[in-house]
Amino acid sequence: MQHYLLIPFLPFAAFLINILFGRMLLKEKAHWVSILAVAVSWVVSVMTLLDVISGKTLNQDVYTWILSGNFRVSVGFLIDQLTAVMLIVVTTCSMLIHIYSVGYMHGDSGYYRFFSYLSLFTFCMLMLVMANNFLQLYFGWEGVGLCSYFLIGYYFDKKSASDAGKKAFIVNRFGDFGFGIGIFVIFLTFGTVYYEPVFSQAAGFATKSINFLGYDLHLMTVIALLLFCGSIGKSAQMPLHVWLPDAMEGPTPVSALIHAATMVTAGVFLVARCNAIFSLSELALTIVALTGAITSLFAASIGLVQNDIKRIIAYSTISQLGYMFLACGVGGYTAGVFHLYTHAFFKALLFLCAGSVMHAMAGELNLHKMGGLKKYMPVTYITMLLASLSIAGIPGFAGFFSKDEILWLAYSSTNPVGKFVWLIGTLVAFLTAFYSFRLIFLTFHGSFRGTHEQEHHLHESPKTMTVPLMLLCIGAIASGWIGISNLIGELVGIEHLNWFTGFMQPVLGHPEGHGTHAEEWGVMLISIMAGVSGIGLAYYLYIKRPELPDKIMAQFSTAHRVLFNKYYVDELYDLLIIRPALWTAKNVLIGVGDVRIIEAIVNGVPASIGGFSKQLRRLQTGLLQHYATIMAMGLFVIGAFMLLRNW
Amino acid sequence: MVPLNWYLILSAAVFSIGIFGFLTRRNIIIMFMSIELMLNAVNISLVAFSHYLQDLRGHVLVFFIITVAAAEASIGLAIIIALFRNKNTVHVDEMNEMKG
Amino acid sequence: MDQATVNTLGFPILSLLIFLPVAGALGLLLMKSSQEGLIRMFALLVSIAGFLLSLPLFTAFDKTTHAMQFVERHAWIPAWNINYHLGLDGISILFVLLSTLVTILCILISWNSIKVKVKEFYISLLVVEAAMIGVFCSLDFFLFYIFWEAMLIPMYLLIGVWGGPNRIYAAVKFFLFTLVGSVLMLVGIIVLYLYSGGTFNILELSTRIYPYDMQLWLFWAFFAAFAVKVPMFPVHTWLPDAHTEAPTAGSVILAAVLIKMGAYGFLRFSLPILPEASKAMTPVMITLSVIAIIYGGIICLAQTDLKRLIAYSSVSHMGFVTLGIFALNVQGMEGGILQMINHGIVTGGLFLGVGVIYDRTHTRQISDYGGVASVMPVYASLFIVFTFASIGLPATNGFIGEFLILLGGFKANQWAGVLAASGIIIGAGYMLWLYQRVFFMETSEKVSGLHDLDTRELIALLPMVILIFWIGIYPDTFLGFMHESVRHLLERVNSGSAHGVSVAKNIVEILK
Repeated sequence: MQHYLLIPFLPFAAFLINILFGRMLLKEKAHWVSILAVAVSWVVSVMTLLDVISGKTLNQDVYTWILSGNFRVSVGFLIDQLTAVMLIVVTTCSMLIHIYSVGYMHGDSGYYRFFSYLSLFTFCMLMLVMANNFLQLYFGWEGVGLCSYFLIGYYFDKKSASDAGKKAFIVNRFGDFGFGIGIFVIFLTFGTVYYEPVFSQAAGFATKSINFLGYDLHLMTVIALLLFCGSIGKSAQMPLHVWLPDAMEGPTPVSALIHAATMVTAGVFLVARCNAIFSLSELALTIVALTGAITSLFAASIGLVQNDIKRIIAYSTISQLGYMFLACGVGGYTAGVFHLYTHAFFKALLFLCAGSVMHAMAGELNLHKMGGLKKYMPVTYITMLLASLSIAGIPGFAGFFSKDEILWLAYSSTNPVGKFVWLIGTLVAFLTAFYSFRLIFLTFHGSFRGTHEQEHHLHESPKTMTVPLMLLCIGAIASGWIGISNLIGELVGIEHLNWFTGFMQPVLGHPEGHGTHAEEWGVMLISIMAGVSGIGLAYYLYIKRPELPDKIMAQFSTAHRVLFNKYYVDELYDLLIIRPALWTAKNVLIGVGDVRIIEAIVNGVPASIGGFSKQLRRLQTGLLQHYATIMAMGLFVIGAFMLLRNW
Repeated sequence: MVPLNWYLILSAAVFSIGIFGFLTRRNIIIMFMSIELMLNAVNISLVAFSHYLQDLRGHVLVFFIITVAAAEASIGLAIIIALFRNKNTVHVDEMNEMKG
Repeated sequence: MDQATVNTLGFPILSLLIFLPVAGALGLLLMKSSQEGLIRMFALLVSIAGFLLSLPLFTAFDKTTHAMQFVERHAWIPAWNINYHLGLDGISILFVLLSTLVTILCILISWNSIKVKVKEFYISLLVVEAAMIGVFCSLDFFLFYIFWEAMLIPMYLLIGVWGGPNRIYAAVKFFLFTLVGSVLMLVGIIVLYLYSGGTFNILELSTRIYPYDMQLWLFWAFFAAFAVKVPMFPVHTWLPDAHTEAPTAGSVILAAVLIKMGAYGFLRFSLPILPEASKAMTPVMITLSVIAIIYGGIICLAQTDLKRLIAYSSVSHMGFVTLGIFALNVQGMEGGILQMINHGIVTGGLFLGVGVIYDRTHTRQISDYGGVASVMPVYASLFIVFTFASIGLPATNGFIGEFLILLGGFKANQWAGVLAASGIIIGAGYMLWLYQRVFFMETSEKVSGLHDLDTRELIALLPMVILIFWIGIYPDTFLGFMHESVRHLLERVNSGSAHGVSVAKNIVEILK
C-alpha cells in the first residue's frame, strides 16, 4: 500500500517546497524538485500498472476525512485497471511537460510559481483518479479546477488572462453544482458515497424512481445526469464549453497538460468510472451520446475558420472530448477511455509543438503571419505532422485505432441514436483532418508571411523542448497499438489483439458490437476515407490553390462570421446571465430591496419617533422658572383634586 | 400655648412667599434664597408637629434637613459662582442651555 | 437536572477566562495614555495569556458526553434565584477558543492603524472579549442577557470612535437594531422565568414543556434578538454599514464572533427550549436562509467597496449557517456549527487582509486597486487562501461546512438544498471577480511601491490560514466536539412533546 501513496504525495511535497522556498531559495532551480517528484511518481505508476496487470487491485482508506452522523467519508485509494491507465496517462504527460517547461518557461519571473502550480495540479489530478469515493473525486475535481484557474491566469497582469481564469472557474462551478447535488442524491439513496457499495448496489435500484424537486423521475437517470453535469463543465461540452478556448491564455505547456491531456478528460473518466450507474439509464446514455456528438461537430466547425493556432487546437480538443462522450454514450466506455489515452499523447504533442512555434515566433499566434517554418524547425514540423496524422485517423497511428473503435461501436450500437451519432462522428473525422492539416500547411508550408524581424529570429527550440516532443511523438504513434481492433488481429492471425479491451473488462465491461465483419470493414474504410479526404481538401485549398479560401469566405460571409464568432455563445451568455445578474444586483436588490424597502422601514420608524419628539421638545424652554411654574401648577392641581375628592 | 394651626399657617405663608419668589424673580441668588424659604417652611411645620405630637423624631429630622440644606446651599452657591464666571450674569432668562 | 456539575480542571477556568481581560482592561486604565507602546504590549500579553488559558479547554474537554463541562455555579441574587452559572458543551466550546484567538489577531492588526485614544481602544477590545466569552459560557439566562447587552457598549464605541467617516450613523444603527431585538428577548426571558416558577437556569428551562401558543410567541421574541444578530434577511442592513465603518479590529470581531451569537442563540435557546415552535417554523427559517444566501450573493456582485462586499458575503454565508441549523438533522447542524467557526476564520481573515491593505492605501474602493499580486506576492497568496476558503474549495474549511449544510439542507428540503447550492456559484463569481480586480491586472497608481507583509502582519494572518487547512483536511478535531451535543439537541427537538412530557412527569414525581 505504502508506495502507492508516493504517487500523489510526492508532487504535493514538491508543491510545498516550491511555494515555500521557491521565491527566496530555489528560484531558477525550482524545476528540479518538481521534475524529480513527478519522475518518481511515474516510476511508481508504472510499477502499479504492472501490479494491476498481474491482478493485484486495491481499495483502501487512509484516514476518516469527514464524519457526521451516518455520513462518513475517507481519504482513500482505489487502484484498479482504470486507475492504473489514468495514472500512466497523467504521470507520463505531466513528466514530459514538466521537462518541456524548463525550456519554455526559461527566464520567466514566476518560474518557481509555475512549477509549484504544475506539481499541485499533478497532485490533484492523481487524487482525482485514485479516489475510492465520490467526495475525494470531488476534491481532486475542484483542485484541478483551482490549478487551472491559477495557470490560465498565470500572466495575471494581463486582463484577458485573469478574465479567462475566472471564467473557467465559474463556468466549471455551474457543472459542479449539478455534480454536487448528484453526490447528495447518491448519499440519500445508498447511504454512502464510496464507489464500491454504490456500484454494487446500483443494479438493485434500476427500476426505482425518486421524487426530485417535486417530480417523480427515474432514480438512476437523475443520478447519472447530475453527475454528467459535472462532466459537461470539466470536459467543456456544450453548453459549458465556453471556458476552454479562453483558457488558451495560459502558458502553452499548461494548455497541453491541463486543457488537452489530463484535466479536461476528467469528465470522461467520471462517466467511465460510474458506468455501473450510466448503464442503468438508457435516457442518460442517449443524452451523453448526443451531447458528445453535437459538441464534437459544433467545435470542429468553429475550428475550421479560426486563425489563432492555439484556439484551433483547443476547439479540436473540445471536439475530441465530444468523441469520447459519444463513445461512452453508446456503451463503449472502453473505447472512450482508449481514445482518452491516445488523445492525451497526440493532443499534448500538438500543443507542445504549437508552443515551440510560438517560442520561435516570439509569441505570435496568428496562422496568417506564419508559413514555411518547416525549414527552420524540422523537429517541430515532423512531430506535429505525425501528431496531425494521428488525430486525422490515418491507419497505423494511435488516433486511428481509438477513433475507429468508437465509430464502429456507434454504428453497431443498439441505441436508437447510434447511427445518427456515427454519421456525425464520421463527418467530424473529416472536419478534424481538414482543420488539422490547414494548420500544418499554413504554419509550415508556403512562404513566411511575418515581419523580417520575426524571420530573423526563427530557430528550432532547445533540447529540453524537442526531446519531450520526440518522446510524446512515440506515444502519438504507438500508444494505440495496445488496442488494435480484433478484426485486424484476425487478418494477421493473432487472436485477441485488442489487449486494452480485455484489460479494462473488469471495470468497464465488454462493449457490444452487433454487426458483420463486412460492416466493420466498411465503417473502418469510411473513417479512413474521411480522414484522407480531409487532408486532401486541406492540401488542395492551402497548397494547390491558396487563393481559393478567401473566395469561399467571401461567398459564405454570413456563415463564416457565425463560425468565426463561435456561434455567438459567449455573447449570448453575457446577455442572458451576466448582464441580468449585475443589473438585478445594482438596480433591484440594492436600489429597491435594500434602500427603498428595508431601509425605508428601518429608517422610517426612528424618523417618525423623531418627528413626535420634535413636537415635544417645544415644551422644553430651558428656563428653570417655566419648569417650576408647571411643577407648582401640578402640585396645585393634585392638591385640589385630593381635597375635592374627599368632599 | 400657641395652637398648631398658627404654626401651620405661618409655614404655609412662608412656603407661599418662597414659591412666589422662585417663580417671579429672575435673579438666581434671590431664587436660591426662595428655595431656602420653602425648605424652612417645611422645617417649621415639622417642628410644630413634633411638639404637638410630643415626638422628638421630628426635631431630629429637622436637624438633618438643616445639615443637608447647609451642604446644598454651599454647593448651590458654588454652582452659581461658576455660572457667573462663565456667563457674567445671574439672570436666569439667559440660562436656557437646557432648551430641548 | 443537575447533569452538569463537573469541572475536571481543578480551577474555575471559565471565570478566569472572563475576568482576565477585564482585569487587563482595569490595568490599562491605570496606565498613562502617552505610553502607547507599553499599552499595546500589555494588551497583547493579556490576550495571549487569555488564549493560552483557554487551551486546556481544548484538551480537557470530554467529547463522549453532551453534559455541560467546566461548570461553575454560585448564588448571585438568591432572592430572584439568579445564579452565576457557567459551563461549556460541544456547541459552545469552539466559540470560546475562537474568541480568545481572534482577540490576539485584532490587537496585532491594530498595532499601527489605531493612532488616537490608544488606551481606550484596547480597553474596549478587552471588554468585548470578556463579554463574548461570557455569552458563550453563561448557563443562567439573566447572566447571559447581561453579557449579551454588555457587549454592545464597547462595540458601539469601537465603531463610533475609531471608525470611518460615516461611523456615527453606523454605530447608532448597529446599536439600535441589536437593542430592539434584545429587548424583545428580555420580555421572552421574563415570561419563561414567570412561567417556570422562577428559574433562569437554561438547562432546566430546556427540559420543560410549554404550551404551543406560548412557544410560538416566545420563538418570535427570541427570533427578533437572534435574527438581527445573525443577521438574517431582512434585518441585515445594519451589517454592511457597521462592517464598512468599523475599524479593522471591529470588523474582525464583528464577523468572527459577534454575529455568531445569533446563530448560537438559536441553538442554545430557541431549539431546546421551544422545540415544537422551532420545528413548526422550520419552513419560514429555511426560506429566509435561502433568500439570504442568494440575495446576499447577488448583491455582492454590485459592490464597489471592499469591506461592504465582504459584509454582504457574510449575509450569504450566515444564510448557510441558519439553513444548516434549521435543517434539523445531524449533517446540517454539525455543518452549521462548523460553518460558524469557518466563517469566523475566513471572513475574519478577509477583514484582516483588507485591514492590511487599507493601512497602506487608505481606500476601500475596489476600483482604486489592481495588480496587488505583483507588488505584494506573499500577501496575495495568503489572501487567495481566504478567497478560496470563502468559495468553499475542497481541502479548505469552507468546503466541509458548506457540504454538510447542503447535504443536510437537501435532506430536509430538496429545493432548499438546490437553491442554496446555487449560492456557491454566485460566491465563486463575486469572490473571484473581487480578487481579480484587486490583485490581478495592471498595477494601479495607488498600489505601486507598496511593501509586502511585515512579520507582525504575517503572524496575524497565519493562524487563520493554518486553521483553514486544518479544518479542511482533518475536520474531525473540531467536528468531534459536537457529535454528542448535537445528537442530544436533535433528540430534544425531534422527539418533540413526547420527550417533554416524560421529563415533566419525572419532575412531578420527584417533587412529590
